[in-house]
Amino acid sequence: MLGTAVALSLIRELGPVLTALMVTGRAGSAITAEIGIMRITEQIDALETMALDPFKYLVSPKFIAAMISLPLLCAIFDVIGIYGGWLVGVKLLGVNPGAYFYEMENSVVWRDVYSGFVKSFSFGLIIAWIGCYKGYYAGHGAEGVSKATTESVVLTSVIILVWDYFLTSVLL
Amino acid sequence: MITMRNVHKSFGAQKVLDGLDLDIPDGKITAIIGPSGEGKSVLLKHLIGLLQPDSGSVEVDGESIIDLRRTELNRIREKFGMLFQNVALFDSMTVFENVAFPLEEKTSLSKEEIRGKVLSALEDVGLKNIEQKFPDELSGGMKKRVGLARAVVLNPKIILFDEPTTGLDPIIKRAIHQLIKDTHAKFGFTAVIVTHEIPDIFDVAQNVAMLFRGKILQHGTPDDIINSTDPAIRQFISGSLDGPIQMV
Repeated sequence: MLGTAVALSLIRELGPVLTALMVTGRAGSAITAEIGIMRITEQIDALETMALDPFKYLVSPKFIAAMISLPLLCAIFDVIGIYGGWLVGVKLLGVNPGAYFYEMENSVVWRDVYSGFVKSFSFGLIIAWIGCYKGYYAGHGAEGVSKATTESVVLTSVIILVWDYFLTSVLL
Repeated sequence: MITMRNVHKSFGAQKVLDGLDLDIPDGKITAIIGPSGEGKSVLLKHLIGLLQPDSGSVEVDGESIIDLRRTELNRIREKFGMLFQNVALFDSMTVFENVAFPLEEKTSLSKEEIRGKVLSALEDVGLKNIEQKFPDELSGGMKKRVGLARAVVLNPKIILFDEPTTGLDPIIKRAIHQLIKDTHAKFGFTAVIVTHEIPDIFDVAQNVAMLFRGKILQHGTPDDIINSTDPAIRQFISGSLDGPIQMV
């Protein structure tokens, strides 16, 4: 059962959610801080006075990056998690290696992989959306940016968990 | 020509512009003077659509810039260059990249042509061999000059300067004023300078407008302002503590 438990829990839930939470802490906070600092130092106004659209130059690249990178990072997370399970189960606890991978192959269906992919993709959207929004509307000074960054990470993490619940009910 | 008519702007309960009328003539240097916190930067941001008035009209060359769609507003903004009070250089780009940025985004020039234009714009403002430095490695005066190079590099028709010399030493201040005069003589743009630099600005500007209590008190040549009998203008020019302008 070990192979099944590891693969399904990782591919359906842990992979997308934990990857998204890590990316939120790492990149979501960075997106908010970068855009927030550009806002309070009038760099966004400078873009506007050059007749350039800040959404095109600052926001859309971050959306594209998040939507591409989240599924890829989730795939890496899943693969490393499965090999982690193999290391502990097979090498340390003596589970039969053939059985570990055979159970996995038997239990994981395309729908599991697809749902994990859809989840990471939508989590990417959420991270970029909240990160950019909070940065763009950051308050005044260093404290405003620090507050925006905190709010961005907290709100994104909560929305990811809530959204995961809804997606799981719809997709499975 | 930029025209503002009966412009009102409030932030919450604070009234900043209160029925302001102003005409900014083409091809001249117009200075907006007035006490701190009277809304000079707010006025400047209305000219380029960074702020929208609560009521009234702002027209650039006969076209209203109120409530325009972004593409329409951007078409009008292409006439402008702006030097911000805090310069607003892109801090993750080098000096070269900062000045090259408008050229890369707004023209189809080759890399060599852009390089030539950037180096010549930097040379015009008296900067050499700093292209690879980042803004945080520059002094205040150097940043202002890079900002000036970035504002003029596309050869705009109108350039807005928001306190270009605040916080600089007298020599750099004089140098920046001279630069504005020289670049204006060379390119003939319309310049609007928001400043406190009395009396230096009277040597630079061809028109001076005094903003006080949300309105333009007087608009005329530097001599008109210097010889004004208005008590607020007299007090502002002399720097006296007694008069209608009260310290809060």
